Amino acid sequence: MRAMVYRGPYKVRVEEKDIPAIEHPNDAIIRVTRAAICGSDLHLYHGMMPDTRVGTTFGHEFIGVVEKVGGSVQTLSPGDRVMVPFNVYCGSCYFCARGLYSNCHNVNPNATAVGGIYGYSHTCGGYDGGQAEYVRVPFADVGPSLIPDWLEDEDALLMTDALATGYFGAQLGDIVEGDTVVVFGAGPVGLYAAKSAWLMGAGRVIVIDQLEYRLEKARTFAHAETYNYNEYDDIVVEMKKATDYLGADVVIDAVGAEADGNFLQQVTGTKLKLQGGSPIALNWAIDSVRKGGTVSVVGAYGPIFSAVKFGDAVNKGLTLRMNQCPVKRQWPRLLEHIRNGYLKPNDIVTHRIPLEHIAEGYHIFSAKLDNCIKPLIVPNAS
Amino acid sequence: MHSTPYVANKPRNTETRDELRARIPGWGADLDPADRPSYPREKLAPFHTGAHWDFPEQQPGAENREHSIEHDIVPPVFGTSVPLKGVSGAIRRHAYASYSEGRAAHWLLLILGDRVDAWESHLRSFASARPDNPVTETGVLAEKSAHGVASRFGVKRSDINHQWLDPLIVGGPWVAAGGVAFAITRKLVRRGR
Repeated sequence: MRAMVYRGPYKVRVEEKDIPAIEHPNDAIIRVTRAAICGSDLHLYHGMMPDTRVGTTFGHEFIGVVEKVGGSVQTLSPGDRVMVPFNVYCGSCYFCARGLYSNCHNVNPNATAVGGIYGYSHTCGGYDGGQAEYVRVPFADVGPSLIPDWLEDEDALLMTDALATGYFGAQLGDIVEGDTVVVFGAGPVGLYAAKSAWLMGAGRVIVIDQLEYRLEKARTFAHAETYNYNEYDDIVVEMKKATDYLGADVVIDAVGAEADGNFLQQVTGTKLKLQGGSPIALNWAIDSVRKGGTVSVVGAYGPIFSAVKFGDAVNKGLTLRMNQCPVKRQWPRLLEHIRNGYLKPNDIVTHRIPLEHIAEGYHIFSAKLDNCIKPLIVPNAS
Repeated sequence: MHSTPYVANKPRNTETRDELRARIPGWGADLDPADRPSYPREKLAPFHTGAHWDFPEQQPGAENREHSIEHDIVPPVFGTSVPLKGVSGAIRRHAYASYSEGRAAHWLLLILGDRVDAWESHLRSFASARPDNPVTETGVLAEKSAHGVASRFGVKRSDINHQWLDPLIVGGPWVAAGGVAFAITRKLVRRGR
């Protein structure tokens, strides 16, 4: 089969690989029909996530058709059209039993601090991902779901991570009616988080980024007020002014490890890999939220230390909430919102790239060229 | 009048419910926390997960699988992509066997293993039918088709300040490999004289 393969920092190519095999009785093999590049894939692409091995296939956002199932699979059959959450999880461990699917303890030998994620380094379990023609999906009776007939492929694909994560990020904020919600990052997750904040009753939603074309999307797609931090000397002071010097009730970090806006943090975090990412957005979040407020973190960070302004968080009495999204827990309600017309996930898709051109796709997304917001991958474009 | 934080209950100048409902599709649909799928955070068996086991059957191959020393066992299911090999494999195996996830040495060794892996793989590719090609693999040819110049200039982007470092990160292993090859060749030539 054809598959994207990592060749070292900033380098990927398409190679011929063996079609994955059933390795466990509850495995399924999925023929991928659509995949996506996630902003967090760029952390791998840039060599930031420890134990990212040359030869790995990335891709934790994908949908497809069941090709083959293992002997103990009861709910799926070959030919089924399925969406697959980015979490690999067993459904039966201490954490899964409590709904913390992203924290499963039975799928990742390499680390206990994170669950399993498709195509996201050996730190997340060493699974190949879905930027390929086929992918192995463990626990086929637990993770994947049939895609409803009425749901379009691209909308289903976006439910496997970005939409679910943005919606989850807004929930972590514990928003109450009338709250002012600030979202750092106008990428896919930030846009969905901003849109979701309204569903939870926000009175104001403010989105901050540095890319004007993404802020335009935040205004039109997410109905948000927007600020380009490059136009202000100090975005934290600007947020104080915007909230009558109170600070926001809730701030959502939808940026994560490659936040920009501070050269030293950027270079030490993303270029030299001396931090688990550059926590600029997180620090701005801590300083922009009001005392007693809540910071929700759904941006991805690496496992080593980062220079986070923790003293301010303590002194302000903040609630910090965070996790990788337990995706399938979000799906029933998200399907209702899509069906009711409140959410149209694929409004943010900007690029549809054949698998054979995936190196260009990564470069465009990484360098923020061509007004790129969300690139999708088409495995069999021919 | 004083700004908000200096007094207790200054009213906020925000839109009314009706105004928000008229402007934002679905505004307030999840006002009740009970309608939010991740509320409460931990909820025993929030859905039927689909698992029909108390503990999953063991996937074969666990015997030699590297694992965190914070695990009591190798978990029943794991990824099998790219097993450990070469010098990078030895570094990674040492990181897993010797240090917990709480130790910086664990992660710093894994990052070192990643750099060594890239160098090993580049060198190995030169002996293969498909050597690494930094032009096609970096996707840099998209600069032309995807408006590389227009996307960067005339707009305020702070990432432009450090993008010049990217070619150094990509080119570093190539320059290093070239230097090593040159030094070895020169030594051999001198020895042969």
